[in-house]
Amino acid sequence: MAGHNPWPDEGNTGHIWDEDLRELDNPPPLWWMLSFYAGFIMIIFYTLYYPTIPLTNNSGEFTKGLTGWTAIEEYKEDFQVLKDWRVAKFADKEEQLAAMSVADILKDDELKQYAVATSKVLFGDYCAACHGAGGAGNPNFPVLADDDWLWGGNVAQIEASIKNGRIGNMPARGMMGNLTDEEIDSVTDYVIALSEGKGNDAAFAAGKAVYAKGMCLACHGPMGKPLAPAGAANLTDQVWRFSSDREQIRNVIANGVNVKKNGEYIEGTRQAIMPAFKERLPNADVNVKRLAVYIHQLGGGQ
Amino acid sequence: MSEKQQDTNTVKSGTGSSVLGGVETSNKNLENIGVELLPIHTEGTVHAKRIPGIFRKFKWIVASFWLILFIGPYLRWDGQQAILWDLANRQFHMFGLTILPQDIWILAMILLFFALLLAAATAIAGRLWCGYFCFHTVWTDVFTWLEEKFEGQPNKRQKLDQAPMSFEKIKIKVPKHILWLLIGFATSFSFVAYFTDALDLWARLFAFEWGSVETTVVVVLGLATYFFAGFLREQTCIGFCPYARIQGAMIDTQTVVPTYDQDRGEPRGRMKRPKPGEEAPQLGDCIDCNLCVAVCPTGVDIRRGQQFGCITCGLCIDACDSVMEKIKKPKGLIRYASLQEFTGKKLPAIWKRPRVIVYSSIMAFAAGAILYGLATMAPIDVKALHERSPLFVQMSDGSIQNKWTLKIVNKQSEEMVVRVSIAGGPASLSYVVDENVLVHPGTVRSTTLLVKIPRKDLTETNTPIDIIVEDINKPEIRTVYDSVFIGPQPR
Repeated sequence: MAGHNPWPDEGNTGHIWDEDLRELDNPPPLWWMLSFYAGFIMIIFYTLYYPTIPLTNNSGEFTKGLTGWTAIEEYKEDFQVLKDWRVAKFADKEEQLAAMSVADILKDDELKQYAVATSKVLFGDYCAACHGAGGAGNPNFPVLADDDWLWGGNVAQIEASIKNGRIGNMPARGMMGNLTDEEIDSVTDYVIALSEGKGNDAAFAAGKAVYAKGMCLACHGPMGKPLAPAGAANLTDQVWRFSSDREQIRNVIANGVNVKKNGEYIEGTRQAIMPAFKERLPNADVNVKRLAVYIHQLGGGQ
Repeated sequence: MSEKQQDTNTVKSGTGSSVLGGVETSNKNLENIGVELLPIHTEGTVHAKRIPGIFRKFKWIVASFWLILFIGPYLRWDGQQAILWDLANRQFHMFGLTILPQDIWILAMILLFFALLLAAATAIAGRLWCGYFCFHTVWTDVFTWLEEKFEGQPNKRQKLDQAPMSFEKIKIKVPKHILWLLIGFATSFSFVAYFTDALDLWARLFAFEWGSVETTVVVVLGLATYFFAGFLREQTCIGFCPYARIQGAMIDTQTVVPTYDQDRGEPRGRMKRPKPGEEAPQLGDCIDCNLCVAVCPTGVDIRRGQQFGCITCGLCIDACDSVMEKIKKPKGLIRYASLQEFTGKKLPAIWKRPRVIVYSSIMAFAAGAILYGLATMAPIDVKALHERSPLFVQMSDGSIQNKWTLKIVNKQSEEMVVRVSIAGGPASLSYVVDENVLVHPGTVRSTTLLVKIPRKDLTETNTPIDIIVEDINKPEIRTVYDSVFIGPQPR
């Protein structure tokens, strides 16, 4: 910074670097200054109009402004507008869903697509915790994307399962509870052979005898296939309700499903309860149907 | 430009005033890097003189291209607006061709082509865009032409500008501003009319049914046109437009731009009849009439050489040629020439210049891509989304099932019925899909595809398959989507 100022009359501040680089004192344009002062005037307006000044003593209180406007209220109002718009736009579709049976909804392509599209969030909130995203299933909880249905796989049966829930029921050690450990081993090998579609030997015949003695056929059917879907697993197919592991299969036969003694589950019994969703779901009349259609199209609906 | 450096590194104010304003500096830095500071016009609006000439004519011819902007929205095709960016329906219509967002990459290629065209044109002949074609240049040209019709020659206009406000002044000024505003409105209206039906836009204008978006765009764009072309004028070219700054990187010594022939013109001076006994001074051809400066729309002095204020519009060439004609000297004291020519070297042929070769090969690539895109633009577009949760499902009959969601886009203007089939995979593969899928024009339809393969026939976790989607009425409309069937580890 030089002390010498070769430009005394141009209004510079006297700060000069590198001989000629100097700081001038030019006033901003008038319009700029006016906007600047207008900004200060706006502060008064803002202070009065909007919630502005926090009050003392950590009460969380603040001056409310002239109209009581808050950002969250405005957000809620805007969101309500969106909600109302949605309700109005899809009102006829929702009415149709409420009025029609699930079987009819399934036949109406446009309505089916609507039901599926509006079910994704609902399924994620209420179903996916147990049945997995996309109905992929979880250990102990059935896969919904396959074609094996304990309680029936047409859309009306699926609707009934969601609405009223299902409680698995299989006695321990056969219907009478009288199978010995050896007999359980034998019948375990028998049902595995049934599933694999092989076995014609003596062991198979012995297992078949135990199957009859335990009166397994009452639910699972004479050939290992239930006559009607009523919660009993089809033993001839490739899908295992709980596990394909031999030890696990044996355990189910030995301890049953949902077997209680004195009001308590016995040790080792499988717990399999699908709760009734007619009370759990909001707007259950329509939402149960919606979910039934959604689950039906996951990959195995009948 | 160092060879053009003149006697001093002292910057003196010329016709305009430099930012340093005539201050003597002893700073050697500018000289060291060979930079000559050229003055830019900072003294109010440039009122350029208009004189006829070849470039003047050429400018009008090129500028008339922009009339298409105003006519375009009213062209019809098949009872529909011919050129329509239908943003609400995400479709671009151009003379019966409908481009959906899936083909928008073609737009990128078009932009690439024109960006390189700009670079190539600039490398060959300078700011052709700025001088003749740029909408700002053209609109400013029209605005100042109108101004001259209302207010007269530049000296009259300057006087009028400086005169105090009076009824006379208002009487002259107001019609001009009204006309300017009308042009601004016509411009912004035409722009908006490419995004919505033009006739409908007029109808709704007179019924006062415009929405906020249309109103805002028309008002803002119209006022911007009025403000930029009417008031900012050359300041836009000099101060705002980035092109003025990057042109230095786009022009080289082989680029031809309007250049003053210093060897021929200097020393400049007025022609005087020598007094008796006096020797006639040895003068160049430039008679220092300053007409080249007076006609310049950005107020630069071309005799100082290439500079960023010059938009290479050629009007100074017209001016100088008219003077040379009068004083019976050869034309072309200011002419389109490159710096290399003045050093005595010949210009290489255009196609032998590396920049031209590089630019034009990129342009050729982009043009090829555009042609390829337009030629192969399938009327159908298929995306097959493999279900990720679950990736595969064990079915009761021992087979493995995969699920796809097919998104089928119909880019035609009529309804389309498609059939989905599978090729590849083992012979035991089976699949379930809606038989005839109806897709409405310009929409996306999704449908579900379930494919089953017996587990014993899966030799790999991944089995490639082809999903074939074809129009049942027009078998030539067919698309094959390569996908993969996923199964568990083979046993």
